[in-house]
Amino acid sequence: ADIISTVEFDYSGDLLATGDKGGRVVIFQREQETKSRPHFRGEYNVYSTFQSHEPEFDYLKSLEIEEKINKIRWLPRQNAAHFLLSTNDKTIKLWKISERDKRAEGYNLKDEDGRLREPFRVTELRVPTLKPMDLMVEASPRRIFANAHTYHINSISVNSDHATYLSADDLRINLWHLEITNRSFNIVDIKPANMEELTEVITAAEFHPHQCNVFVYSSSKGTIRLCDMRSSALCDQHSKFFEEPEDPSSRSFFSEIISSISDVKFSHSGRYMMTRDYLSVKVWDLNMENRPVETYQVHEYLRSKLCSLYENDCIFDKFECCWSASDSTIMTGSYNNFFRMFDRNPRRDTTLEASREGNKPRAMLKPRKVCTAGKRKKDEISVDSLDFNKKILHTAWHPTENFIAVAATNNLYLFQDKIN
Amino acid sequence: MFVRGLKRKCFDGEEDIEGTLAGIKAIPSYNLQRQSLLDMSLVKLQLCHMLVEPNLCRSVLIANTVRQIQEEMTQDGTWQMINTQSTGQASLDRLVSTDILCRSSRDQAEGKHVPSYGTFNKDFESDQAQDSSETMSTASSVQAPRNLQSNVWEMENPQENKGNFQKSLDQIFETLENKSPNSVEDLFSEVDNSYYDLDTMLTGMMSNTKMGHCDGLETFSSPTNTASNSNCKSDLNELDHIVEILVES
Repeated sequence: ADIISTVEFDYSGDLLATGDKGGRVVIFQREQETKSRPHFRGEYNVYSTFQSHEPEFDYLKSLEIEEKINKIRWLPRQNAAHFLLSTNDKTIKLWKISERDKRAEGYNLKDEDGRLREPFRVTELRVPTLKPMDLMVEASPRRIFANAHTYHINSISVNSDHATYLSADDLRINLWHLEITNRSFNIVDIKPANMEELTEVITAAEFHPHQCNVFVYSSSKGTIRLCDMRSSALCDQHSKFFEEPEDPSSRSFFSEIISSISDVKFSHSGRYMMTRDYLSVKVWDLNMENRPVETYQVHEYLRSKLCSLYENDCIFDKFECCWSASDSTIMTGSYNNFFRMFDRNPRRDTTLEASREGNKPRAMLKPRKVCTAGKRKKDEISVDSLDFNKKILHTAWHPTENFIAVAATNNLYLFQDKIN
Repeated sequence: MFVRGLKRKCFDGEEDIEGTLAGIKAIPSYNLQRQSLLDMSLVKLQLCHMLVEPNLCRSVLIANTVRQIQEEMTQDGTWQMINTQSTGQASLDRLVSTDILCRSSRDQAEGKHVPSYGTFNKDFESDQAQDSSETMSTASSVQAPRNLQSNVWEMENPQENKGNFQKSLDQIFETLENKSPNSVEDLFSEVDNSYYDLDTMLTGMMSNTKMGHCDGLETFSSPTNTASNSNCKSDLNELDHIVEILVES
């Protein structure tokens, strides 16, 4: 199994897609609830596996293009088939996942094994009949959107109009139509004329869930820009600029690095957005630009370790975050296979661990605690014992239920709310 | 837990380095930490993966950190201090000048980035014993004493250094941007790969800079310890020798 690089539920929550470092996509499907086991709300089993991207070589630059899947986004369902977009650093692909459970038999011109029949053998005309067969799930690439990004793609986002989507790399954001692969529109370009003047890059971008003309993008300097595509074709001028003023007392050489936003997500309501930087998660009201309305500390105990984390590059880890179905809770990952959940009202936070040790299937998760200094209580773990190789970067929340998917390196964990 | 054999103090926030005697005593420690952070950052910038494109976001963040340190150092006036001590500057130039090697051999041949040498350098070149990575040692060692010379004798103002530094930083960025096929082959053919091992680099840099800062110019005898394959280490030894001569004169 390869390292999981993205996790995403579809709009219904019945399908869960994961992408990995090897370019593969694995889709899990929820079992239908049966009358015999009403308390088990359906387990997820492998539904389809396919190779989405292959490693490529850019001959002009003599560089490898990694096949790692950076993001997967589902399209809203329009017919019996499922569609998703998957992207690596350079190319976005639209995949169609369809089921086949019937087979046609009794062709006139073909034998059962597919060979063409001799014309003189065709003595009568018959109507082919459909016979059931074992379920086969096929994935086929329907569109390939390539050659539009010079830099590494970090985000894709499907628009609420269900016809367009955006793709963002370090310096540019492009707008695509799902039907058209040979053309895309550049809507944001922050590349300076002189690359030596580059001080800021785009880190994430997302369309508003309801307003199809609005999108946001975050930067490595901890700012978020909201753009309205009605104002101009090129959205270099933002409509809103979100930035929290820096606290001068906590300024250090690492201030900028830890302020870099690794993920931005709109709430389901569309009224708020959430940003994840290295040490915290912030909730912003779209109507207030000068500061976030809520700030949650994910692992404040790491603030005194920033120098070491800079040395071993952990400070550059990009954590994602997600909203619960009702926007009442937010979730994000941390180190040592810990992940954090924050209830917004009333304020409450929990640390849980995604690991097989001490956790039997269907057992309640035990809350964990990290102690920073002094005596370590029983069951607590000290900061120095944390395993920084076990990082939870990717998490997803079911669109309607309290069901979460947590990717811990090459394992996928699924947790659900306790059933009373 | 993850620091490889190096104990380093983490700094959280800035110390107040103005005013009190205690504050003045704390200056070398803070400067040392800042210098080691600077060295670490430059090494990170240069350790670009040659086969896969480097992460632009990471590079930008590290470059911004470097700029920030440099600005603070200029403001403090410690930039001058470091010039006279020369170790920091030398290691800085060393790290920066190896960037030249990331360029295509065509550029080097045209002499675009290789500086014009004075008579001082000629003697130095003849002293070179190493065969592997000869290009590296020649280019970098020559570069360093040239600046060193100007530091000690001409008392360069910080502005000029800043300009050089900025230029070097820009060169690094350009390197990250433009990777020509030639540079990749050159790199693999001429350069000892151990140079790009972060551990070797850091160990080499740290031990030398630490010495320089703490003990001043007198104790420049850098230990010729384990990393015999680390060419930069041996270059620094040569450099120390040169500096000793300069200082005593």
